[in-house]
Amino acid sequence: MSSSLKGKGSAKRSIAAAVACAALFFPALAAGQAPAPPSGLTARDHSWDNGTRIDLQWTASADEATLRGYVVRRRSTVETNFSVVDIVPAGTNALTVGSLNREAGHLFRVTALGANSLESTPAATTAPVFPTMEWFDGTRVWFLFTLVLLCGSVVAFIVLARRGMPLTLRRIAGLEAVDDAVGRATEMGRPCLFIPGINDMNEIQTIAGLTILSRVAKTAAEYDAKLEVPTSKSLVMTAARETMQTAFLTAGRPEAYNPDSVYYVTDEQFGYVAYVQGLMVREKPAACFYMGSFFAESLILAETGNAIGAIQIAGTAQPAQLPFFVAACDYTLIGEEFFAASAYLSGEPDQLGSLKGQDVGKLLVGAGILLGVLGATAAALTGSAFIESLVNFFTGTMLT
Amino acid sequence: MTEFIVNQWWLVAIVIASLIPLVMRIVSAGLLETLRTLDRRWIFLLLLWAVLIPIYFIGVTGRTFPEVPSVLARATFDEIDRLNPGDPILLAFDYDPPSEGELGPMATAFVYHAASKKLRMYFMALWPLGAQMIDNTIAKVITPDFRDLVYGRDYINLGFKSGQEGVIKVVVTNLRELYTTDSRGTAMQDIPMMEGITNIQQMKVIVSVSAGYPGTKEWVQYAVTPFPSLRLVAGATGVQAPLLYPYVPRQLPGLLGAIKGAAEYEKLVVDAYGGANADPKYLEALRRMGPQLVAHLLIITLIVVANVVFLIDRGRKR
Amino acid sequence: MKQTGPLLITAAGGFVLIVAYFIPFAQNWGELAAIWFDILAAVAFILGGGNLLKTHLKRISDRARGWGYSGVVVVSFLATLFVGLVKVGVNPSAQFPDFAWSGQYRQMGSAFWYLFQYAFTPLTATMFSLLAFYIASAAFRAFRAKNVEAVLLLGTAFIILLGRTFAGVALTSWIDPDVWAGFAYFTGLRLENLTVYIMSVFNTAGNRAIMIGIALGIVATSLKVLLGIDRSYLGKD
Repeated sequence: MSSSLKGKGSAKRSIAAAVACAALFFPALAAGQAPAPPSGLTARDHSWDNGTRIDLQWTASADEATLRGYVVRRRSTVETNFSVVDIVPAGTNALTVGSLNREAGHLFRVTALGANSLESTPAATTAPVFPTMEWFDGTRVWFLFTLVLLCGSVVAFIVLARRGMPLTLRRIAGLEAVDDAVGRATEMGRPCLFIPGINDMNEIQTIAGLTILSRVAKTAAEYDAKLEVPTSKSLVMTAARETMQTAFLTAGRPEAYNPDSVYYVTDEQFGYVAYVQGLMVREKPAACFYMGSFFAESLILAETGNAIGAIQIAGTAQPAQLPFFVAACDYTLIGEEFFAASAYLSGEPDQLGSLKGQDVGKLLVGAGILLGVLGATAAALTGSAFIESLVNFFTGTMLT
Repeated sequence: MTEFIVNQWWLVAIVIASLIPLVMRIVSAGLLETLRTLDRRWIFLLLLWAVLIPIYFIGVTGRTFPEVPSVLARATFDEIDRLNPGDPILLAFDYDPPSEGELGPMATAFVYHAASKKLRMYFMALWPLGAQMIDNTIAKVITPDFRDLVYGRDYINLGFKSGQEGVIKVVVTNLRELYTTDSRGTAMQDIPMMEGITNIQQMKVIVSVSAGYPGTKEWVQYAVTPFPSLRLVAGATGVQAPLLYPYVPRQLPGLLGAIKGAAEYEKLVVDAYGGANADPKYLEALRRMGPQLVAHLLIITLIVVANVVFLIDRGRKR
Repeated sequence: MKQTGPLLITAAGGFVLIVAYFIPFAQNWGELAAIWFDILAAVAFILGGGNLLKTHLKRISDRARGWGYSGVVVVSFLATLFVGLVKVGVNPSAQFPDFAWSGQYRQMGSAFWYLFQYAFTPLTATMFSLLAFYIASAAFRAFRAKNVEAVLLLGTAFIILLGRTFAGVALTSWIDPDVWAGFAYFTGLRLENLTVYIMSVFNTAGNRAIMIGIALGIVATSLKVLLGIDRSYLGKD
């Protein structure tokens, strides 16, 4: 059951203090007397949510100082028994109960839990409360703010780039080497191999990989080099064919396009690896491109490519596979470089503008990290409740 | 050790014979030149021996290295060990045969631990072949060693559901929207242990054994993040584990990384529930730490040797 | 038109799903879209199977280099498909004992189960285990102490490699945690502790930096795809 705490005091501090105090100063309670109950329990629909939350509020028990906490229970109108939702520490007088069924009404009970583990009589709601769904989910407002900020900066720079704002881009060696690799394969009379990862078209890395394929295919068409694209997903095969055909058309050599050079192998990860590895050893491609989403097969493929002496360029956003590609390939596009490839290769202002927008995003993230770290450090050093509440708001509300 | 070498003289002879061509090349071309142009197949052969001999040694002698459980392994153990008999626990097996070697022992240990504690086990898989991994583990642990546990009352295989993280998003609030039957086709209402179970939030602990996507990361993102009261522990491959550290300990209280993590957890489980003569199948990870040690030492040696050659060559160029 | 249609579908679908994320009424639309994709991908299996047969049968008929392997592929594919579809060796399920095909295709003891257990499992495990050999050869070839950063990387690699085995425990066992109970920084130098520290602090920090860059890259790329700026994955108009 999801729930979020509102109220004063932190859980651990209160529980430890309460238990100690109870043992020392209230022997009667420790001996087996139930604490005084909380009172005035109210339940209201949580505003601006998806109709799954109800806010509870109650007045503290008279024995607040000695309590371990409050036990919150719930039952819907279609259930017979109450079940525990949460146990909140003493000092808390409100709770938002989540994951509730919208179709049913809900009844709540709150009891005080003494240091001796005895519970008070409950404070209860009398009428069932129904959570209602609003048209906007207010819990996601900060996410919306961040999204608008990030996407807004990307769009703004695209517009600025269209208006002629000069944009410079650092050199990405891996992308510069694409033409050289295809050229070398042509000179050696050996084919090029392009692996678009092993994920499907719903993976953005696969789309980024196909963007690079369009450039590789165009160069291959211009140089009249043979390009082979075995795929691990049927839909990727279809999309790769479209990409290749367009690239050959753009290069002015539509007749050279052979749809059979893009083909499906198997969805099974290691079956695919076995096939590609065999192909590499038999055909000995002079240039291998690994662009997309890769898993354990990354090093198997890249080491085989290394063994046959191919020029290898890899790009992926799978952090776990980056070290393997870096170790075995000549060039590796690391994470965001991989996504920057289409902009870099096309040189179009629209695309370059999007990269600049990404940089703004990075600045925002950097500023956020810095603020958070400074705030948390200041809160710890000064013990200021105000700074701590700011940090809590930042991490607990804005970033969730 | 000496006794092993004497008794297994033929193995020693094969290893030495296989390396004779390499020694001859060193003698004829010189050590430095041989290392500079070392064919990778020699490295493959060395690694083969580095793995094979310890496996054989442990198989013959039954000896394993002592294992000291790390904080994370202990936290994983404690998360399950604090539960009471009858508590529901979800075991999500999101891996397939290729990663069985790395994840199989921890899956076995998790099930052995849960069965020993008499927890109610709910198995499910987000990988198509995960369902088979569940069946295999049940056949390995529960069927032979926990005969008093009854299918449908004490454990159930909900099977595979396609939809990756979409499945998690649904089952976390409504299990029956996706699962109307178990993997054997029995309707949910006919299964005693499904009574009163409407969603995954009712599970006391979720155990995710995963080899990639969808796996532990998705369980953190789509189950634990929106419902922080859920307790998740995980076993992951060596490659995946580093990506999960950012979630420890708030969203992921326990994490077993690769065979090392499995061995540490295995030790805790066997010490607590296995008795003096635990079945070797419950010591698989501990036994695999031997080959891992020798292989790691070989790789370190290879790196050192390669760097010595590199530094000598650089010194000469200067 | 060939490009305009898909572009409109992409843009409309993408933006509607983004907006739906904030509107409670529509929050499950994303899951619906994912199910639609699953259906598409499942149907595409037929396309893939057809292409697989076409490619390999052509290789066999052309007697292309390695056509024998293609023969193995075609035979294995058809045999597995047959035993799976016809449920060879599958007993009826306990619930419907009168229906011959009511059992599961991967039932223990069935032909498909034998293929899975004794062909597929060892074959894929073998492929995966190749990784260990390639890691050794890649480490021998690529790990060089070329500069200060590389030396640091090497040192870290040694600590992790040792720390993940008993060697790490044995090498620093002289740092007894009971003797040095008050000196957490010193006992932290035990290799197994150092390994956990490196993984959870340095490794996490580096990973997070890369992941933040990747996440921003995904946002920008997705936006370009939705706005139709990046359309190279689509065919020509």
